[in-house]
Amino acid sequence: MSPRIAYIAANTFREAVRDRVLYNLIAFTLLLSGAAIFVGQISIDIERLVVINLGLTAVSLFGVVIAIFIGIGLVSKEIEKRTLYTVLSRPVRRWEFIVGKFFGLAGTLVVNTFFMAIGVFGALLYVTHKFSKPDALILVALYFIILEFLVICSLALLFSSFSSPLLSAVFAFSLFVIGSFADDLRGFAGMAHGLTRWVATGAAYLVPNFSALNVISAVAHQQPMSSQLILQNTLYALFYSAMALSGAVLIFERRNLK
Amino acid sequence: MKSARQRTTVIAAMSLAISMAASVLLLRHIDRLRPQASIEDVLYINSPKTIKRASLGFDGLMACIYWTRTVQYFGHRHFDYAHTYNELAPLLEITTTLDPHLLPAYQFGASFLAPKPPGGAGQPERAIQLMEYGIQNNPDNWQLYYNLGFVYYTELKDYRKASEVFERGSHVPNAHPFMKILAAQMAMHAGDFTTARMLWSATYETAREATIRQNAVEHLRAVQVDEDVTHLEALVTEFAQRNGRAPNMAELVAAAHLKGIPVDPDGDAYKITPDGRVLVETPDDFPFITKGLPPGYKPGPPKFHNHS
Repeated sequence: MSPRIAYIAANTFREAVRDRVLYNLIAFTLLLSGAAIFVGQISIDIERLVVINLGLTAVSLFGVVIAIFIGIGLVSKEIEKRTLYTVLSRPVRRWEFIVGKFFGLAGTLVVNTFFMAIGVFGALLYVTHKFSKPDALILVALYFIILEFLVICSLALLFSSFSSPLLSAVFAFSLFVIGSFADDLRGFAGMAHGLTRWVATGAAYLVPNFSALNVISAVAHQQPMSSQLILQNTLYALFYSAMALSGAVLIFERRNLK
Repeated sequence: MKSARQRTTVIAAMSLAISMAASVLLLRHIDRLRPQASIEDVLYINSPKTIKRASLGFDGLMACIYWTRTVQYFGHRHFDYAHTYNELAPLLEITTTLDPHLLPAYQFGASFLAPKPPGGAGQPERAIQLMEYGIQNNPDNWQLYYNLGFVYYTELKDYRKASEVFERGSHVPNAHPFMKILAAQMAMHAGDFTTARMLWSATYETAREATIRQNAVEHLRAVQVDEDVTHLEALVTEFAQRNGRAPNMAELVAAAHLKGIPVDPDGDAYKITPDGRVLVETPDDFPFITKGLPPGYKPGPPKFHNHS
């Protein structure tokens, strides 16, 4: 990574911290500790499942919200505050600005996820009193959640590169919802005929497949994860993020900033 | 300036506290005014598939929420000695559709659904459907077969079906050896001596624990006695129909061309009472027999023999 990209990434991370993004950790801690203590009293035999399901779902949803709401403002805010001109007047290329922003936001989310993961494991230890070997699978689910964040960050940046923050948020959130239904979309494409089939198949492959990255339920039931799935999900998320980032760079390179 | 700011802080804090207290009190009053239909009697969305889709892939968490809601629903109705549990089956259906691997929902759900009200919903058929769905999605879990067999046994008194289910469950990898024992037990209750003998023999041969093997031997002895008594009582009835009275043992041996005086597995002769009942000599030595017991006999705790 070039020092310029690293510098922009570090600044993006610092700005997010200054914006009190990490305050969400307090809400997360309260949610998880409350669930760990109270669920055992109001339900039967699902304390461990709730901690894992709720913990990982919260990690995912909190991260998605942060990724969308910070990601959509990364470019437009710089233009609005006119700080972008100061940055670009230095020897910084436009693509470096976009890529730096991406790594900064991704870094923020990784740090956020790291602290949340400590919370999940802490709550799990509280309810089970000891860790077992299959609990390591939670790390796989957390890794997939981070991959999901990479895709969403890149999409938020893509929309941010040409649209207003409000519209970018709508687009990004819509894609998150559609991406969660990607398997259904593929099923629909399989049932359709003619042109509809082509269009539906194209759409199914174009939208991000978040359902493939969601293994929370499987991990909660200690179902093993194949190394092939981990490898292919990693490659998928990296290629998809690269695709969206490339789109963002292409648009931003041609954007008239005057 | 500073005192004005402090005054504002105090007033704002007091206003906050008063407003909060007032809203809580008002809400309690409003709850009393509203009809008694409580939230647990309402299912806003009945379709499990719709809820699964609306969960955006976080169906595991939704299943936990619905399971907790099911427990709360059942608990409240049970506490109120209610005779209707209209939402119980749909809640369990939603829960298990959201997460087909949520085992407590099957295991406890069946015991909520099957018993007669007010102990449960009195819906053993729904309990069976639930358990079959659970087995379909978790075929390697022997405990689900156990729960299903239990429903057949306790609620429907369908011993043959219960035996079949226990037998199916006993073939699941790592199934508890007790499954074989239960299957044999059910078969015995259904009067199917051949199946019972076969399953108890298999239990004896496959079990590694000495107590289970000993238990199997006791049950095999009981199957033998039950079968002997059933057979002998049939012969007694036949004799009585021909002669207008019950035979003694010597008469029965002669009339039925038996090889000798029939004896129980301990070698003690069976007895025939004047009213035609066939009894074992020492019922305490056969803790699991269901036939050949003297009227009013109350069995003590099982005594196991040492059969090496």
